[in-house]
Amino acid sequence: MQIDYIGSLPLIVIWLALGAIGIVIQAFVRDNTRLVFGYYVATLGLTGLAAIVLSGHKGASFGGMITLGGYANYFDALFCGAGIMALLAARPYLQKEESEVDEFYTMLVSSVAGMMLMAHASNLVVLFVGIELMSISFYVMAGFFRTSTKSVEAALKYFLLGCFATGFLVYGMSLIYGGTGSLAYGDIARTVVTQQLTYPTLFVVGTTLLVIGLSFKIAAFPFHQWAPDVYEGAPTAVTAFMSTAGKAAAFSAFVAVFVALLPAGWTSEIAQNQQIVIAVIAAATMLLGNITAVVQSNVKRMLAYSSVAHAGYMLMGILAGPSLGTDGMNGHHAIVFYATSYLFMQMGAFVVVGILERRDGGFLNIDDYAGLHHRHPVLAALMAVFMFSLAGIPPFAGFFGKYMLFAAAIERGFTWLAIVGVVSSVISAWFYLGLIVKMYFQDAKDSGHEAPAGLAGFTLAVSVVGVVFFGLFPQLLINIFRSW
Amino acid sequence: MNYAALIPLFPLVGFAIIGLFGRRLGSEKVIGSIASLAVLASFVTAVAVFMGLTSMPADARSFTVPVYTWIATGSFSVDIAYQFDQLSILFTLIITGIGFLIHVYSTGYMHGDRSFPRFFAYLNLFVFMMLNLVLASNFLLTFLGWEGVGLASYLLIGFWYDRKFEGSGIVWTGDAAKKAFIVNRIGDFGVLLAMFMLFNAFGTLEYATINAQAGVVLGGQETLVTMITLLLFLGCTGKSAQIPLGVWLPDAMAGPTPVSALIHAATMVTSGIFLIARTNVLFAMSPTTMAVVTGIGITTALIAGTVGLVQNDIKKVLAYSTVSQLGFMFTALGVGAFTAGVFHVMTHAFFKALLFLGSGSVIHGMHEEQDIQKMGGLKKYMPITYKTFLVGTLAISGIPLFSGFFSKDEILWFAWLNGSPILWAVGALAAFCTAFYMWRLTALTFLGKERFDHHHVHPHESPKSMTIPLIILAVLSAVGGLLGIPHVLGHPLHLPNLLEEWLAPIFANGVALLPKHTGDHTALEFTLMAVSVGIGAFGIWLAHSLYKDGTEKARALGARFSAVYKLLWRKYGVDEVYDVLIVSPIVVFSRSFLWKMVDVVLIDGIVNGSARFVASTGNVIRRIQTGVAQHYALIMMVGIIALIAIVTVPMLK
Repeated sequence: MQIDYIGSLPLIVIWLALGAIGIVIQAFVRDNTRLVFGYYVATLGLTGLAAIVLSGHKGASFGGMITLGGYANYFDALFCGAGIMALLAARPYLQKEESEVDEFYTMLVSSVAGMMLMAHASNLVVLFVGIELMSISFYVMAGFFRTSTKSVEAALKYFLLGCFATGFLVYGMSLIYGGTGSLAYGDIARTVVTQQLTYPTLFVVGTTLLVIGLSFKIAAFPFHQWAPDVYEGAPTAVTAFMSTAGKAAAFSAFVAVFVALLPAGWTSEIAQNQQIVIAVIAAATMLLGNITAVVQSNVKRMLAYSSVAHAGYMLMGILAGPSLGTDGMNGHHAIVFYATSYLFMQMGAFVVVGILERRDGGFLNIDDYAGLHHRHPVLAALMAVFMFSLAGIPPFAGFFGKYMLFAAAIERGFTWLAIVGVVSSVISAWFYLGLIVKMYFQDAKDSGHEAPAGLAGFTLAVSVVGVVFFGLFPQLLINIFRSW
Repeated sequence: MNYAALIPLFPLVGFAIIGLFGRRLGSEKVIGSIASLAVLASFVTAVAVFMGLTSMPADARSFTVPVYTWIATGSFSVDIAYQFDQLSILFTLIITGIGFLIHVYSTGYMHGDRSFPRFFAYLNLFVFMMLNLVLASNFLLTFLGWEGVGLASYLLIGFWYDRKFEGSGIVWTGDAAKKAFIVNRIGDFGVLLAMFMLFNAFGTLEYATINAQAGVVLGGQETLVTMITLLLFLGCTGKSAQIPLGVWLPDAMAGPTPVSALIHAATMVTSGIFLIARTNVLFAMSPTTMAVVTGIGITTALIAGTVGLVQNDIKKVLAYSTVSQLGFMFTALGVGAFTAGVFHVMTHAFFKALLFLGSGSVIHGMHEEQDIQKMGGLKKYMPITYKTFLVGTLAISGIPLFSGFFSKDEILWFAWLNGSPILWAVGALAAFCTAFYMWRLTALTFLGKERFDHHHVHPHESPKSMTIPLIILAVLSAVGGLLGIPHVLGHPLHLPNLLEEWLAPIFANGVALLPKHTGDHTALEFTLMAVSVGIGAFGIWLAHSLYKDGTEKARALGARFSAVYKLLWRKYGVDEVYDVLIVSPIVVFSRSFLWKMVDVVLIDGIVNGSARFVASTGNVIRRIQTGVAQHYALIMMVGIIALIAIVTVPMLK
């Protein structure tokens, strides 16, 4: 088997760190939470660094099962960065909840390993392994507060429905194998391009099932219902990570899979029906997510529904596909940009929620945020920046992400979908700006002291810098995308 | 010379430091030094860039420094890039040079103000935005600066937001700030529309491309060019306080005096002139617009000049004077004398900044008194302020060898040559008013009897931080005109017109489109020059004889011609006319129709209705969210079946 050891270094580092050294430390060192925490922060740092250094090293590894460099390494770095941010935010949160256990950090890093596999996969089986590695870690993390009914309920729901969706995902993969005779992205693309599909119907149903399986992971309508319950019930630090990095990972796979399944873009007849499917999912997801978010009274739930809506926006990029000419807007680049900026703004928002949250699970209602800027001027200001960015107001990163997605959709003739997107953005302004109004223009009902932000402050600083920086310099990211 | 891009960066850094940590920096000295040094650093850099430009061949004196591409998506790209050429560096030198002096002056003037850091943060912000406006290489960045200076102007006019201010329909300084901002918004809308039309025609907003391709793209489409340039000019009338959008400037005097000097005299209000100079090719392509610019300019010059004759507030006189001088500049641009217009921008920046700072010094020394009827005889208390103010007055009145003489005379000459003798005559009349009201101001303030209450007011000279900028500006006002010696004087003495040579490449394309007037007019030009000097001297003599002993004589005269006096005192009833013709109808229309009908019934109906719709839809949808995992699985199953049906049913046919 051909193995490019140098190029695979990011993957090898995180596997060894998790599977060989991490286990040993956890097995033989007592009172090890601090050590394990530091160890995994360092692991993710090293992995991310390796991914950045090797991003120009393109090629394949493990017998062509895995692609290296460029796109995949960008996501490696993104996941590792998100992982570090989540670890830093999680420690003070878990300490506040008095449930800091070293396994938490292991699960988080193992989910990062799964995400990296998803981005690197060039074979459906590897993709499946990656998805499951990430998902199973998430199931455990969602239920990490073993004594909290909400947390356990969230984990169980997530697990049951996740298994259900995985069934369809695997079924879809098998049908694609039946239609094309291969599981490798390259072979599938070649078969489709040369029109040598043995059973076109099998292939079409297979791709649809694959889309459905991935739609579950990104929480798109009508496979989104787990998201609000799980995001609300799971520990806030976990929600912060899975609603951002998890979504980015699912989209990294979505894009790669679509390049393979639809190598000729949306021009073929088979593809046009698929296109309608995605368009319907996108429109319904945007509208439903935002409309339902309006009537929520719980901040975590509101953000969960808004996260559903953001998946809808990003699906527009899938619909647009890569750019037609050199001048056009590249839908896939728009997705990567949006996933990146979304990671910063959504994680920032959830981390603020986590800092403010009380031990008893209090301070999660939107009404609790009234007058927040008197007591926590910095947190309120940060939250306002994240809300503005989520609502897509310039000059924050969220604006450019949305602009690129909408522009890409319009260029491909999906003006109606862009209009739906704009309308749902307007609806979303209601609750995003509503929270700002609460924080700044209403009097506080509640007083009391929250735990200091601690390490989570670092996560917030990185988030806000990311949101502002990529709003002012979006071109830096776009130039990276163009180099792939 | 990539370091040139640092010029706008320094004030931004100053703004950030003072804005974020102003209160913690503590002492006024530190804050004032940071703010002043930021602008000084820009000035020094600008001088270096200027030196660099002079060493290049005349037709190559232009370079662009791309800072970064904000976003480039498809056919649309937004570049943050600065263009350094003869025009932008001249404005940059004025902005940073005078800006620095005014910053230093402000450290004295604002001493002890409780919002000292806020003032300097805004002032640095203003300089940053103004530099963006003039240095931008494209319309979009200029527009950012254009809006930015509007914002800074708003913040600074309303700086003392808790003070009362008397103005037409205005009670608080905040109202004056709002008035300035809203009136400007009307003009900005014009600029925005013009930008849309330009982008539509050219596919870019880069000045270089637009100026180079204007003939090809817009050739033969005079209506379109006229529309674009008129819309741009609408923006200029807003920023540069011309008719019909000039009403805000006199009320803008509610801001601290250094602000009036920097923003509402020397720099921001000249952005209209800058914009026309920058796009001179477009304007030259439309004779209609040029005629409108001339007409508006000369009318504003005369009307504002006559209103200035009867004002009693020291700053209001200067405000109307500024409006009038800006009118002169537009007249120059309108008749195609672009260089003369820019020349007057420069000399006006010197002497009007000087006069405003001088008036600030008086106000400071008189304990916030602004009414010139309650002054008089300040000469002996404030000798430096008096002498420098005198230089400014002589300069603006067009007394030979002072800077204003050269620039104003050139404008009047071109008004005759490229326009008509009538245009010259109106201009000369406005120039007479200038000399008159300026000497009236000087005489009532510094000469004659002391009319203030000695028990309460103890006039004193201002500190060095305020008088030194005055002295520097006085020197500039006296000799600054030598940069643009008219040919008729310079030729026999072998003195070059430095400014004209410097700016020639900028205006070459525009001037080439305009009709030319050749021939020898030496005798005529000398005659007109003598006449206009005579008019200025007459204005000064008349004002001196009327006002040297106070206001009694003038009051008697005012009583005899009470109709005229009242007309001028009421500013031709412009405010009333605006009130009757524009404000009241808009208020009535807005209240009874737009508010009660459109807003309450229609918009609120739609908004509340759609809000109720969204909320009720949300409430319905959330019912689906039962919390029961089996239901979720069921809905997923339904979705899966539906989606598979969508893709497979068409294939079955």
